[in-house]
Amino acid sequence: MPGKTLYDKIWDSHLVATESDGTSLLYIDLHLIHEVTSPQAFAGLRAAGRAVRRPDLMLAVADHNTPTLKQDAGIAAVADGEARLQLETLDRNVAEAGVEYFPMGDVRNGIVHVVGPEQGRTQPGMTIVCGDSHTSTHGAFGALAFGIGTSEVEHVMATQTLRARKAKNMRVRFEGAPARGVYAKDYVLAMIGAIGMGGGTGHVIEYDGPAIRALSMEARMTVCNMSIEAGARAGLIAPDENTFRYLMGRAGAPKGGAWQEALLYWKTLHADPDCVWDAEHTIDVSSLAPQVTWGTNPGQVCGVDETIPSPDEYEEAIQRDTARRALAYMGLESGQKLEGLKIDRVFIGSCTNARIEDLRVVAEIVKGARVAAGVRALVVPGSGLVRAQAEEEELDRIFIDAGFEWREPGCSMCLGMNPDIAAPGERVASTSNRNFEGRQGRGARTHLMSPASAAAAALAGAITDVRGMQ
Amino acid sequence: MKPFTTLTAPAAPLPIANLDTDQIIPKQFLATVERTGLAKGLFYDLRFDEEGREKPDCPLNQSAFADAQILIAGANFGCGSSREHAPWALADFGIRALIAPSFADIFYNNCFNNGLLPIVLPQGAVDELMAEAKGANHVFVVDLAKQIVSAPSGKTFNFDIDPGRKRKLLEGLDDIGLSLKREEDIARFEDLRRIGAAWRR
Repeated sequence: MPGKTLYDKIWDSHLVATESDGTSLLYIDLHLIHEVTSPQAFAGLRAAGRAVRRPDLMLAVADHNTPTLKQDAGIAAVADGEARLQLETLDRNVAEAGVEYFPMGDVRNGIVHVVGPEQGRTQPGMTIVCGDSHTSTHGAFGALAFGIGTSEVEHVMATQTLRARKAKNMRVRFEGAPARGVYAKDYVLAMIGAIGMGGGTGHVIEYDGPAIRALSMEARMTVCNMSIEAGARAGLIAPDENTFRYLMGRAGAPKGGAWQEALLYWKTLHADPDCVWDAEHTIDVSSLAPQVTWGTNPGQVCGVDETIPSPDEYEEAIQRDTARRALAYMGLESGQKLEGLKIDRVFIGSCTNARIEDLRVVAEIVKGARVAAGVRALVVPGSGLVRAQAEEEELDRIFIDAGFEWREPGCSMCLGMNPDIAAPGERVASTSNRNFEGRQGRGARTHLMSPASAAAAALAGAITDVRGMQ
Repeated sequence: MKPFTTLTAPAAPLPIANLDTDQIIPKQFLATVERTGLAKGLFYDLRFDEEGREKPDCPLNQSAFADAQILIAGANFGCGSSREHAPWALADFGIRALIAPSFADIFYNNCFNNGLLPIVLPQGAVDELMAEAKGANHVFVVDLAKQIVSAPSGKTFNFDIDPGRKRKLLEGLDDIGLSLKREEDIARFEDLRRIGAAWRR
């Protein structure tokens, strides 16, 4: 029998039962919830007279629709009535069920995928779910983590299990060492460009190779975060010393003898040398330029020094059509250079790139400089703790002096559910994960890039090759 | 959940690939605590202009497709966010079946929890069905038990579906009810995995 992949191992160790039709019942170790995809699940439980089975295996935050200004005024001050109702409903539901909760304004509050790891609740070998597609972020710790729908949120609440079908195994190896100015965000954008936004569908991706091993935990989270943008069910990275060092001493991490026990187990969490991959890809990061998306899906991406491809270069009619549609929406033409394209807004934030290392990179580039005239630039930290750390390092002064707005934590302009949205036709340099039509506001034109590239764009007022600025 | 057996209904063509969940149901409609009432937001930016007026070129606004219960679309339908608001909005609009060359995983899964049948057919077959849907007669028949889609011309296409998911739709099964029957298995599993693993809750 061939060896197992890391995904195989985690799957097998969480299998509670398999039904006669092949459906598996998978045990869930950590269930993260937020205000937008949980209210209907709690309502469903209540209607059926069912209880939350293991509230101790849950963690709740408010993040998707929270304003990023004046959070200490509380939920009552949230202007949008529907958003306020969702926040109030979460408050009530978690109190009733006895779920640990970091409400808006708590220093531990923030984007759910920043908070879980920060609190040490995300650990190797776990199964982690959340009603949010970017749950794949937690895979950076060697956990099997993925997004689920609200009906499944209700199912996990009632049973602490999920009815699931096993996905296929894909490995993506990142080789080489990156040039200065090239980051984890560039790795994963290049990968999505190479395999396409549906390239990972039906698979769980395991990332490996020297370039992955050299990444910090925060950078690994950036890579795993965008697994879903390639259509993958989840993305994961086998844990190593980096992982253990990050976790040690965090609030939710095991302590003392339990830590030693956990460590022994965690060290078994890697693919066997003789395992079989259903698909494999290799990306050489040494030849990568900073990546910038030109279209309306994350796979429509190229190096900042390249020109926008022609729709005719695509093999299939539907891809040509998709590219034409994207260019029309983005107000761009094939053959055009991305570098020099004027931008109206900059968004530094999201579960992809709003951790302290991201903010340090931005601060280093914008220190002592000014955001270009006419550009509105936002920094939205991923959590209250990231914000506090940044303020301790006086990064906030650097941002404010450079002309950035320094906000309170939340998902913010990544999906524009709160007041932070762009106007029609505005071009946004964004460190988030999706450049879909209308995502950051109707008619808004999103260019995804790394925090360094976004910082460079803010100063130049245009898409810029950050390699020339560092 | 309402069972899905056979469906005889008009199909509307949406020949666009990668119709993501942000397009299916934009963010401004997500701030709700209900599963219903989302039809107004379905494909909002495709159906309405900036002043909120219907766009006449969108098939979903045309009288011929007013009673559509089937959508025929491009590849990778439902990519993006996990929001179940997407299948809720489709169901609220009256859609019961979707036909496309491929679907994104989370969206595909969410459909079955809402009595919605996503049918995967090869691109060539979808192109043929799309062309028929644009014709004068666009009433299609979907037979889940037999796993067949019949086009207005009489041409039929067989599709694959996982047996567990098929049964769930045919019988309108409640997953939670089924899983709760496994309570003993779940409790035993929890006890066993804490042995020698004090770090686990």
